[in-house]
Amino acid sequence: MSTLWTRNETLVALVIVAFCGLAALSDPGFLSVATLTDLLRGGIVLGIFAVGALIVLISGGIDVSFTAIAAVTMYVTAMVLNALMPWMPWWAALLIGMGIGACLGAINGFLIAVMGLPTLIVTLGTLSVFRGFMLTFIGQKQITTLPPGMREFGRMMIVRGENADGSFYSLHAAFLVTAGAIVLTWFILHRTMLGRQIFAIGGSVESARRIGINVRGVQFFVYVYVGALAGLAGIIHASMARVANPFDLVGLELSVIAAVVLGGARLAGGHGTLTGTVLGVALIVLVRNSLIVLGIPATWQSVAIGVLILIGTGLPAWQAKRAAAQAA
Amino acid sequence: MTTDLVTFDHVTKTYSGITALDSVGFSIAAGEAVCLAGENGSGKSTLIKILAGVEQPDRGVISIAGQPQDALNPRLSAAAGIKVIFQDFSLFPNLSVAENIAFSAELGHGTRLVHRARIADTARATLARIGVDIPLTAAVETLSVAHKQLVAICRALATEARLIIMDEPTTALTEREVRVLLDIIRRLKADGVAVLFVSHKLAEVLEVCEKVIVLRNGQKVAEGPAADFDAASLTRHMTGRDVAEAPPAPLRADAPELMRVEGLNKAGAFEDVSFTLHAGEVLGVSGLLGSGRTALAKALFGLVAPERGRITLDGRSVPLGDPLAAAGAGIGYVPEDRLTEGLFLTQSILQNISVGRLDAHGASGILDIGGLLAEARDWLKRLSVKAPDPDAPVRSLSGGNQQRVVLARWMARSPRVLVLNGPSVGVDVGSKAEIHGIIAGLSAQGLGVIVISDDLPEVLATCHRILVMKAGRLIEDIPSGQVSGTDLAHRLAS
Ligand SMILES: Nc1ncnc2c1ncn2[C@@H]1O[C@H](COP(=O)(O)OP(=O)(O)OP(=O)(O)O)[C@@H](O)[C@H]1O
Ligand SMILES: [Mg+2]
Repeated sequence: MSTLWTRNETLVALVIVAFCGLAALSDPGFLSVATLTDLLRGGIVLGIFAVGALIVLISGGIDVSFTAIAAVTMYVTAMVLNALMPWMPWWAALLIGMGIGACLGAINGFLIAVMGLPTLIVTLGTLSVFRGFMLTFIGQKQITTLPPGMREFGRMMIVRGENADGSFYSLHAAFLVTAGAIVLTWFILHRTMLGRQIFAIGGSVESARRIGINVRGVQFFVYVYVGALAGLAGIIHASMARVANPFDLVGLELSVIAAVVLGGARLAGGHGTLTGTVLGVALIVLVRNSLIVLGIPATWQSVAIGVLILIGTGLPAWQAKRAAAQAA
Repeated sequence: MTTDLVTFDHVTKTYSGITALDSVGFSIAAGEAVCLAGENGSGKSTLIKILAGVEQPDRGVISIAGQPQDALNPRLSAAAGIKVIFQDFSLFPNLSVAENIAFSAELGHGTRLVHRARIADTARATLARIGVDIPLTAAVETLSVAHKQLVAICRALATEARLIIMDEPTTALTEREVRVLLDIIRRLKADGVAVLFVSHKLAEVLEVCEKVIVLRNGQKVAEGPAADFDAASLTRHMTGRDVAEAPPAPLRADAPELMRVEGLNKAGAFEDVSFTLHAGEVLGVSGLLGSGRTALAKALFGLVAPERGRITLDGRSVPLGDPLAAAGAGIGYVPEDRLTEGLFLTQSILQNISVGRLDAHGASGILDIGGLLAEARDWLKRLSVKAPDPDAPVRSLSGGNQQRVVLARWMARSPRVLVLNGPSVGVDVGSKAEIHGIIAGLSAQGLGVIVISDDLPEVLATCHRILVMKAGRLIEDIPSGQVSGTDLAHRLAS
């Protein structure tokens, strides 16, 4: 099929293969289980964020506040559990995180869906409000002793082993949470009418309104859902890092959106796939983790990511244009 | 006494000071086909949007099946059996044909999960009903305008309806599909479904409708059985004057050759197309949907790259497949899909017209904004765009007036050869005559004009020569004085 070659997914997959090939050439040890588990580990938090960013982009909006939601959620959850309910099991910590995230997301949802304000402006605003509020009124000090539930979760591994050279590798259980988030989002987007309405709104808000889609309700859901995912990612991040640092996470949002756009989602809305998103995240993590292997200084990371975005989004657009001129 | 399906009682709607509908009242009975006629901007689409629950009236009462509705919304309206084909289609470009057709039906079912088999069945059955074959999984954004319009029609037909509203459903369709649609309207009527039909093609209107309502400047100026109206009287009610179309002034015998097309070939679209165009000549290219006329028009402007052939303008060859070079050489192209593409809807009318003229007014490196806008204003007047304020966004214009803005933009570029794809699609009779007058004026100035149209009276009224296209080939070259409308229709279809 000729359309296969105009898709971002294909392109990103090819770049990943080429990248791995190059890395393997310069360092034969690159193709190893350890590299793979590092990669998967690096994709856990980024992956959950990306799934959220994808669903917002599909709905025709953009959300840059999710990192702040994650930071606030992990900090507040760790603090509250430590102070009041240290006996909470790990899964309850995750649920509480999702709840706090959903509440913060609902603030975005209210401003965007009910008040009808532009999504970029609202989330830029809440990004700094959420974070500023936490740093001013809740605290700036790292919480180094996490509540027991989160500590327990931080130690949970699904795979553990030793390499030939004696170093250890492991895969964190949170990987399953990311996988679950991907599957759930796929199901919502492709198997529920709600998901189809999200696509419809991203395609044309006016048309959606005209056939009686509850545009406000759907938009509200989207921002609450993204908030819940962000809260979840926050708890996982703190648990894996074994510390809740209020200065973490914020600043990642553009990399996440870049990964999603690389995977073929359009900023104009209505388009995007989970396969593409996963590939986009994989590529970004690969670039972050392994540029050093290729002998490229770390400062070049952002240049490399930028170039990838330009190529990854420009090439398919250019090919589509050429295909349109070829067809009658 | 039977209650009417829908009644409007003194319905008024204003948009920021402009009265779009002024105390309009009428009723539609079950199984009745009503035609809503009126000039561009007379309030037809506004009336429809109110009935569909998309817009709220300022005053007045709308009743459905005798029940006054105080807060109609799209869901209530759809649940009451009112299905609308909107003038701008209102489709979802990113979704598949099947989903677009079945979306309202699925919403009506109220299920939470996606029933893919049911969606495909609905879509397939509806497409079969109007007898067209469009791939169910294709994204709507990849379809031609005609197919988009057919998808919009299918969406309205996909569910049980009591009233189907069609806001200019045939603008992109050719004879054959229009026939099918009219047949469907007849069948719907027989099943007791009412139809409210808006169209500027008066012949088709009078053919199916039993009642006519005419709007002018938001007011109802006439209402009565269709039998009491003919094309001329309808035009008079709509415009308040008589509109007469005359054939074009004959071409001067010594007119020099302007453009020559030789052996143009594009696999799958058109084959071996050759013709010449003289200065001051208006050349018609007519053919059914799929005859390759649009691909040819695009190829002339470089939007489609032919694999063989030559285009020369004034003896100089024009590079193929390069729109910038074509524009530079003096070819202008007004696309077919003006309503859904080619406009910056949220920008002002003046900006939309002048966007193509930035170069001409910026020759010194500094933009002559005054000159730019004055020129745009002039074109607004020449095409009599009905706009309250030239600085208003294009979105606030009626559909037909949006069309004129695109026309104005291209005409303002004063090209040597102008390719007009469907020059008066969606434009009312009065302004159609005005546009034809403008075409005549352009040709009198020595421009070559190529009119791509299957509106045969239009072709006959504007063109000196008509090329008939069929299955990608030019099969006939007829001087327009020597053929009648019916004769031409016959040659197109045979
Ligand atoms: N959103 C809007 N904002 C401001 N004015 C509007 C808006 N929509 C329509 N109008 C104005 O209302 C009037 C009626 O427009 P309407 O679209 O109903 O015309 P119409 O009869 O459908 O014309 P056409 O044949 O060109 O489609 C026009 O003067 C138009 O400029
Ligand atoms: Mg209209």
